[in-house]
Amino acid sequence: MELIISVVCGALLAASFYLLMRRNLLRFVIGLIILGNAVNLLIFAMGRLTRARPPVIPKGQKVLEGAYANPLPQALILTAIVISFGLLAFTLVLVYRNFAANQTIESDEVRGSEPSDTLDVYDETKRLPA
Amino acid sequence: MLFAVLGIFLGAALSPLVVRVSRQAAGWILGLLPLGVFVFFARQLPAIAHGETVRQSVPWLPSFNTPLSFYLDGLSLLFALLVTGIGTLIVVYAGGYLQHHEQLGRFYVQLLSFMGAMLGLVLADNIFVFFIFFELTSLTSYLLIGFYHSEEESRVAARKALVVTGGGGLALLGGLLLLGQVTGTLEFSQMLSMGATVQSHPYYLAIFILVCAGAFTKSAQFPFHFWLPAAMAGPTPVSAYLHSATMVKAGVFLLARLSPVLGGTAVWEGTLGIVGGFTMLMSAWLALRYTDLKQILAYTTVMVLGLLTMLLGVGGEEAITAMVTFTVVHALYKGGLFMMAGSVDHETGTRNVRELGGLREAMPWTMAGAVATGLSMAGIPPLFGFIGKEMTYEAALHAESFGMLLLGVSVLSNVALVGAGLVVGLKPFIGERKGAFTREPHEAPVSMWLGPLVLGVLGLAFGVYPALIDHSLLQAAQTGILQESHELHLALWHGFSPALMASLVTFALGFAVYAAWETIQESGGMAALGTAFGEVPGRVFERGLYGLARFSQGITTLFQNGRFRWYLFAIFTSLIVLVGGGLAFEAQLGWPTFEGEVAYYEAALAGLIVLSAIVAVRTQGRFIAILALSVGGYGVALIYLLFGAPDLAMTQFAIETLTLILLVIVIIHLPGIEGEDSLGVQVRDGAVALGCGALYTIIMSTIVDVPLDRRVSEYLAGNSYTEALGHNVVNVILVDFRGIDTMGEITVLTIAALGVYVLMRMPRRIAHEKEPEEEAEENETAD
Repeated sequence: MELIISVVCGALLAASFYLLMRRNLLRFVIGLIILGNAVNLLIFAMGRLTRARPPVIPKGQKVLEGAYANPLPQALILTAIVISFGLLAFTLVLVYRNFAANQTIESDEVRGSEPSDTLDVYDETKRLPA
Repeated sequence: MLFAVLGIFLGAALSPLVVRVSRQAAGWILGLLPLGVFVFFARQLPAIAHGETVRQSVPWLPSFNTPLSFYLDGLSLLFALLVTGIGTLIVVYAGGYLQHHEQLGRFYVQLLSFMGAMLGLVLADNIFVFFIFFELTSLTSYLLIGFYHSEEESRVAARKALVVTGGGGLALLGGLLLLGQVTGTLEFSQMLSMGATVQSHPYYLAIFILVCAGAFTKSAQFPFHFWLPAAMAGPTPVSAYLHSATMVKAGVFLLARLSPVLGGTAVWEGTLGIVGGFTMLMSAWLALRYTDLKQILAYTTVMVLGLLTMLLGVGGEEAITAMVTFTVVHALYKGGLFMMAGSVDHETGTRNVRELGGLREAMPWTMAGAVATGLSMAGIPPLFGFIGKEMTYEAALHAESFGMLLLGVSVLSNVALVGAGLVVGLKPFIGERKGAFTREPHEAPVSMWLGPLVLGVLGLAFGVYPALIDHSLLQAAQTGILQESHELHLALWHGFSPALMASLVTFALGFAVYAAWETIQESGGMAALGTAFGEVPGRVFERGLYGLARFSQGITTLFQNGRFRWYLFAIFTSLIVLVGGGLAFEAQLGWPTFEGEVAYYEAALAGLIVLSAIVAVRTQGRFIAILALSVGGYGVALIYLLFGAPDLAMTQFAIETLTLILLVIVIIHLPGIEGEDSLGVQVRDGAVALGCGALYTIIMSTIVDVPLDRRVSEYLAGNSYTEALGHNVVNVILVDFRGIDTMGEITVLTIAALGVYVLMRMPRRIAHEKEPEEEAEENETAD
């Protein structure tokens, strides 16, 4: 089953990377969401899969016995899911603010912080300033 | 020795205080410091002359096997005496020259720091210590050349010097490291006897090239000679000290120091001989092209550096005799002449030889020093310069091969040197005054004529009575270079030898050159020479700087063009190339083994998730995309549920629902996702994305084949009830074992929520994004 999840992860990551490279920022956000799911699934599979045996200690016992699902990746993923949601909310609001300010959701037009004047290095009549 | 070097640095730190206490006497007071060090080294002379060497080592960086170690033999003693002796005169001279400059204190800090660095360089035994001092001389020289920092000319010249010598320094570091690797020691003193080992090693050529790159740039050999004449933009005491007597000789010193290790091979002889010889001939004649005293002196300095390099290349007893003799000869006359040029400039307001003349009555003491040093430069007997020239000719006559060629080149160069020496040392003082000076010339203060006079007198004394130094200092220095002792005896009169004949020819031609100097200077041939070798290399260098700037701008626009899609593309592509390439070449990949069975609903779930991703990618409708996302997200949640992670599934269901709601709320206010890039871009991005996806699949399936180390998980499962009284292991991890992490997570979420809140509450228009009028207009439309 891990192999199948590997393929699913690869497909999700490919879809996510493709969407991240689109110029429409909404598509970027969609890519971000898929990325979160893909990575979580990746961590999950790397902890190996165990069917229907949650890491819960039965009443009356003190330690887990027999086969049980690996709890460590689960703890990691639980955190990751929530953090991804925080990231998504923040990104979405940024996209929204950018649209409100600039009337665009094209990533190529988000250039507010780019420097406007650069050194003219093609004028050979002048020496490079020292 | 350590205290000598450190003392000078300490003096540098204290010098602003001295200047503040007494500006007039600062030069004299600070001059005592190098004088004291000079006396200290002079007292070592008898022992060194007997063939002893002194080694001193203080632990410094034991972890890098680098002690602060110094080594005093004849060679380093010669240079140490030059550095401190001439340094004393320069410090005194600068006190007069810059007396009214408001930054005299800063100047002394830089000058004395340089002196300490130079002294450390010639004394250093450890190659790293040597390199540090080598670079320190480049740095201090940069500051000193650019001392008049309000003038662009100075800044450009300083940058030129720094880039050239600093770049050479980097090459040198590589050479020294290789040398240390080959010899297995980091101390020069231990390398000296390992010449055979190094020369038979396959790295020899690389070491040789790198060391030469360092030495040739530092000592201004063609084609790197251009920085030195430009460095004349610095104050004259700096030119006199750094760019004639000491720093530029650091490269020659390096070659001399390493000649027992690297020298004697065909490539050594050929490279040093040709580069040195060409530099000598070219710059000697170039000197006649200029009318600025300092420019003439600068090019003759390049000429001497070429000569010294050539002599080191020739090697053997005679050549090294000539080399050490000429080192002293040159330091004496060139230091003096530069100081004289500064005094003349200082008192008359010009350095143009064509405008100078008839200063003999106004500046008698300066003239005395100038004539003595100028004639020594011209090589007129009985001055020391004559002996230096004779020894050069002797060396050429004794050379094993190409002797006549070396002699011819030397004679031709010396002809020009005779002319230049007379033009500089004699011409400003004799004849009639030409035109009016901007200032009425009068004698310079004693601090400024003392230096040229002392050096001139020394040149005369050593010429008349060479026994003062030949058997002691020069012979010791020669021993230091050759690593074997020879009797060194100098004399004015050698009998009617071929060298004397060559000297007579030189004089005859040299006087003719002097007589015809004004015609020669203006001639078309000299103009062409000046363009070809005087100006073009510097221009090529500036052009190269432009090229570098253009290159870096090209790189910047390529990789940092402000389009983050492109950044991602670059990152993904590198991922494929680097990680994928690494996997392909390093790892042994095979088909993964497929173990265990898969239920049909599991496979269907996997297919559904992939399908939802495809829909999300391909659709043109934003709501379809969101729905597809949700289908994928719930699918992932089901997988969690199937494989023993109910907590994850619950969280995922909740978050997926929230995401859906949030997206719908926001997206209503935004335009759609219609429109795509051109097909070419889609295919390109698609290929990269699929490549990355495939890469991950390969990596994951490879990892799955490796057994998992479950020790941490077992620890957590085994202790979650006994230590934390919790049945749900995942929950215990989150709130107990890794409780602090969870707290961090909560903090992050809170900050994100605050950010979202603030962004949503901001006014719809951000004021600085629009012009006020436009804003008003927009508001009207909105109303």
